[in-house]
Amino acid sequence: MKIIVCVKQVPDTSGKVSVKADGTLDRASMATITNPDDLNAVEAALTLKDQNPEAKIIVITMGPAPAEGMLRELLAMGCDEAVLVSGREFGGSDTFATSQILAGAIAHIGLEDDDIILCGRQAIDGDTAQVGPQIAEKLNLPQVSYVSELQVEGKTITCRRALEDGYMTIKVSTPCLLTCIKELNEPRYMSVSGVMEAWNKPYTVFDFETLKDEPLIELDTIGLKGSPTNVYKSFTPPQKGGCTMMPGADKESCRQLVDTLAAKHII
Amino acid sequence: MTEFKNTEISEFSGVWVFCEQRAGSLMPTDFELMSEGRKLADELGCELAGVLLGDDVDGIAKELGGYGADKVYVCNSPLLKHYTTDAYAKVFCDLVVEKKPEIVLIGATNIGRDLGPRCAARLHTGLTADCTHLDVNMEKYVEFLAANSTMDLSKQNLDMADRNLKMTRPAFGGHLMASIICPRFRPCMSTVRPGVMKRAEFDQAKADACVIEHPAFELSEADIHTEVVEVVKAAKQLVDLTGAEVVVAVGRGISKDVEKGLALAEELAALLGGVVGGSRAAIDAGWLTADHQVGQTGKTVHAKIYVALGISGAIQHMAGMQDSECIIAVNKNEGAPIFEAASYGICGDLFSVTPMLIEAIAATKAEKAAV
Repeated sequence: MKIIVCVKQVPDTSGKVSVKADGTLDRASMATITNPDDLNAVEAALTLKDQNPEAKIIVITMGPAPAEGMLRELLAMGCDEAVLVSGREFGGSDTFATSQILAGAIAHIGLEDDDIILCGRQAIDGDTAQVGPQIAEKLNLPQVSYVSELQVEGKTITCRRALEDGYMTIKVSTPCLLTCIKELNEPRYMSVSGVMEAWNKPYTVFDFETLKDEPLIELDTIGLKGSPTNVYKSFTPPQKGGCTMMPGADKESCRQLVDTLAAKHII
Repeated sequence: MTEFKNTEISEFSGVWVFCEQRAGSLMPTDFELMSEGRKLADELGCELAGVLLGDDVDGIAKELGGYGADKVYVCNSPLLKHYTTDAYAKVFCDLVVEKKPEIVLIGATNIGRDLGPRCAARLHTGLTADCTHLDVNMEKYVEFLAANSTMDLSKQNLDMADRNLKMTRPAFGGHLMASIICPRFRPCMSTVRPGVMKRAEFDQAKADACVIEHPAFELSEADIHTEVVEVVKAAKQLVDLTGAEVVVAVGRGISKDVEKGLALAEELAALLGGVVGGSRAAIDAGWLTADHQVGQTGKTVHAKIYVALGISGAIQHMAGMQDSECIIAVNKNEGAPIFEAASYGICGDLFSVTPMLIEAIAATKAEKAAV
C-alpha cells in the first residue's frame, strides 16, 4: 500500500505580508511554511502507517528547488520518500496545469489497487481547493473532499465529509483521492531520530525530461502556456479610512457614539 | 448538434447557474448567483439558465425564475438525490457539451467547490475559485477598479471592447485582489463566494414565465464510485452569519476572560438583534465553533452594523467584513489595523467599554420606545 501526499510550500499569509509597488507579492520578504491543510494530509498518512507499517508514504510537491527544505521536514516527520517536481516548463501553472503535472508525476510513480492519494483541502496562498479534485479527474479516480474523519478497512475507506450544515458519510474504494481539513487530526512534530534519518531517505527530482513521456504531460497543457486562466489584473484594495475615533473610552464617549448612531438611524 | 470544441469561442452562448439543492431545498446562494447571472446575461444579450439536479425537484425550479432565470434545466433521478461527485459531474458536463454555455457560475459551497474543479478538468477549461466580483462589460469593470483598487487607471492599457468575463477574487488571504480571465476556452467557469452577490427582488411574473426543461441524460449506478451512507444535518442550530444584519464579533482581545467576553458579545448582539461571530483566532482557540468564523477562510458578512471587539484586524479577517455598512471597533491598541476599516472606533478595554455601550444603547432604545 502506497500513500501519496501532495503538499505545497506557501508564503505565511497569517504573518506580515508585503506587496510591491507593482501590485505583486513581495515573496522574498515572507517566511514560507508547509501549507496547513497539507500537514493534516501528511498526519493522516502517518496515522495510517502507524496502523499498517507496511504502507509507504511518498510526499510530492511541485515548486522551486528550495522546496527541498519542506520535503526534508516531512521526511523527518516520518514520510518515507519525497519527490520534488521542478522545471521551468512547469512555471506559471494555474490549477488546471498544476493538477495536470502532478497527475503526470503520480502516473509516473505508478498507482496500484490499494493506493491512496491525500491532499490538503486548499492552500492559503490561493485558497482555491481545486488542485485535489482536478488531479482525481485526470487520473480518473473517485474523490472525497473536505474529509474530517477517515477509516480504512482493506480497500474500503469510510470518510466523514464536512458540509456547512452537517456532514455526509461516504464510502469509497482505493485507489482514490481524498482532500483533508484541519478537523481531521493534529499534525505531529518531527522527531529527533526522524531529523537524522531525513537525509538518508530517498529524495528524487522529477523535471520535464523525467515526465515528458507521460501522456498527461504535453507542453500545451502545462506551465503558463497550458493554463486556461490568466491573471488579467492584480491590485491592492484601497485603505478605507475615515474612521471617527471617539475621544475616550468612557461613558460619555459611548453615549456620544450611540447618539450618533441613533441620529443616523443606524440603531 | 455540432461537435464540442472548447476553443470555438463563438459557438458558446448563454449564462448558466448550477443550482444546488440539499434535501430537496434550494440553497440561498442559488438566488444570489441567479441575480448576478441575470446582470451578466443582460449585458451579453443572452439567455440565463439554471441547472438543477436532484430527485423529484421540479417543484422548486420555478422559484429560480423569480430571480432571473429564463429557463431551468431539471434532471431528476434517484441517483441524483444526494450529491455525489461522479453522478453530478457526469450529468452536468454532458449537458455543457450538448448546450455549450459561455459562462458557468457555481456557488463556492463545500459541494460547489467539489463539483466545479472536477467539471473544469473534464471540460478542459479554466475555473476561478471563490470569486467576489464579476464583470463582462469593460466600462463597469473600470468603474469597479476605480472604486476598489489603488491602481492608476490612466496608466492601464485596457481594451474597452473586451467581453471576457473578468473574475475578481481575493488572493494571499485577502492581501491582494486578482482579476482572472479565461480567454481561450469555453465555458468560462467560476465558483462564487456565498453571501457576496446581492439577491434581487423576487418577481412572481418572471417565476411564472420561467421555462422548465427536462433534457435527456444518461446515468447509471456504474457511473458512481462512491456510496453515500448517510447525510446528517448538524443537530445544533448553526449561526447564520451571512444573512445577519448585525454581527458582534470577538477576537483575541477576549482571552483575558473568555467567558465574560463572550457573554458581553452575546448581550450586545441580542440587544441589537444580531448574532455573534469571531475572528480566526477566536475559532482556532476553540472559543467559538467554526460556523462563527468571519474572514477569508470563514464567512463573508454584509452587516448593517458590525461590531469588532478585541479584533486587531488581520487582512484575513477584514476580507470577510469590510463591506459592512457601519463598522464599530473596540480595541486597546490604538494602532490596530481594524481602525482603518472602521467607521467608528473606541480605543479602550472591551471589558469596560462594552457594558457602557450596552447601557447607552439600552437607554436609547428605551427613550425611543417611550416616544
